[in-house]
Amino acid sequence: MTPPTEWPAALLIARFALRESLRRRVFLVIALLTLAFLVLYGLAAWQAFEATGEFGTATSTAGVDTRVVVGATLAGLAMFAILFLGTILAVFLTLGAVRGDADRGLLQPLLVRPLRRRTLLLGRWLGAVAVCVPYVIAIALATFLLTDALGGWWPDRVIAPLAALGLGVAILAAISLAGSVVLASTANGIGVFMLFGAGLTAGLLGQIAEAIGSDTLGDVATITTWALPFEALYQAGLAELTADTVGITKLALSLGPFGGAQDAGPGLWLFSLAYLGAVGALAVRAFNARDL
Amino acid sequence: MAPALSVTGLHKAYGPVQALRGVDLEVGPGELFGLLGPNGAGKSTLVKITCGLVRASAGDVRVCGAPAGSPAAHRSLGYLAELVRFPDWCTAAELLEIHQELVGSPGGVEERDELLALVELDHVPDRRVGAMSKGMQQRLGIAQALIGEPRLLLLDEPTSALDPAGRRTVRALLERLRERGVGVLLNSHLLSEVELVCDRVAIIDGGAVVAAGTPAELSHAGGVEVETGSGVKVFAEAVREDAPRIVRELVAAGEDVFAVRVRTSTLEDAYLAAVGRATEEVA
Repeated sequence: MTPPTEWPAALLIARFALRESLRRRVFLVIALLTLAFLVLYGLAAWQAFEATGEFGTATSTAGVDTRVVVGATLAGLAMFAILFLGTILAVFLTLGAVRGDADRGLLQPLLVRPLRRRTLLLGRWLGAVAVCVPYVIAIALATFLLTDALGGWWPDRVIAPLAALGLGVAILAAISLAGSVVLASTANGIGVFMLFGAGLTAGLLGQIAEAIGSDTLGDVATITTWALPFEALYQAGLAELTADTVGITKLALSLGPFGGAQDAGPGLWLFSLAYLGAVGALAVRAFNARDL
Repeated sequence: MAPALSVTGLHKAYGPVQALRGVDLEVGPGELFGLLGPNGAGKSTLVKITCGLVRASAGDVRVCGAPAGSPAAHRSLGYLAELVRFPDWCTAAELLEIHQELVGSPGGVEERDELLALVELDHVPDRRVGAMSKGMQQRLGIAQALIGEPRLLLLDEPTSALDPAGRRTVRALLERLRERGVGVLLNSHLLSEVELVCDRVAIIDGGAVVAAGTPAELSHAGGVEVETGSGVKVFAEAVREDAPRIVRELVAAGEDVFAVRVRTSTLEDAYLAAVGRATEEVA
């Protein structure tokens, strides 16, 4: 009898978690609500392009391409909504993964098996990521396609915004999973959503700092954004939507409801991966020290 | 062959609370070992340390020779928790399947069917855990604990939710496990059950073993009662072998003897005496 090694065991736990989501009709609820979201988005995009189409030619002559402004603004708002939906998914799939399941007595029978605690954490994270990441990528892609079909606008870059959203929710899932080691489910859920809110606030601070020319506020916003890299990734993803747009149209763009688009180099991606690893390492350390 | 379970000088402190204070015990292969004690005595802590769920503060616990909590120890044991909980969405067969995969058991559907039949759940392999009664869930828990043919089985109150027929089934199952050489640590409040099936018993209280031995050793003789013409006479220190001599002496002394009864204490008496004595010592 040979128990599975690290990765096969983690995939086994992930498969078990996915089966639970399927059995609890999580996917059905997600599919229905996502459909409603896309219908609303499509309706908004159609109305926005219709309304601006009348004077679009006139403003275009002033140097601003309204089709780009409307399309990019809609896509930026959609990215915010999708990050939020992805966060909800990530949090609800992980908020009680350790302490919640341990308190209910569900964890102990699994950990009595030849299964390392770190493998269980990895499996639970993979299970959540396997739902959240494809979800945010698919729905973001769907909004881009709708924007193109209804208004003829397509993002300058597609892969980078999708990847930013995917990595952002993967980080949020890791934070929530790590929180589940030490916090009760409710406290963990509240904590992660407050962190998410702090990220949004950092983006807002950055915009205010830019508007009033405050370096101090700008530094606070930058540090906070990097401390919560899902926000920095979101801002970088926004920037990639109109990466090739130039001129007055570029100046007229202000994407996202709370955070402005901020271009970030490859350093952000490397930092985010390192951050993910650090969160995972802390979670494993805390879990290993915990009596069940 | 290494003992199924070996516990030496085990201590566990939860902050200022000493849950275990130097526990020593050993469960041999094929031995049914009963662990008795009041609530909060440290029984579940001992079981959880053996499972690797709780870390010991000091001492050594080995499962079939491997340190508790190590992969080798996990491969050798099966565990049924006191409060059996499994995901309510999965079926009996699915639950056994994931445990088979985690252990690496090649038993497949045959093993699952055999285990479900063993605990008399073979008629509901596709029933969801959430739709099962507590007794059925407990029996499913026993089947789950037996996956992978463990050499040490840790059963924490395995019959608390079972009806008398279910308890009899579990007793028969324990007998079969003994024949197969599986060591069993049975943690139970049902003294009569422990007395019926266990080869040896340890009574634990205040985190320490306060009495240990076979049920017969613990349920020692408690004197001889003789009904005579002048009333019932009690010889508190006498044992069964003293009865003929006592009768002869009474008859020689002119007493009419109508009945003789050898008084024996039950395991419950021994338990209460041990726990009571321990309480007094602590106080």
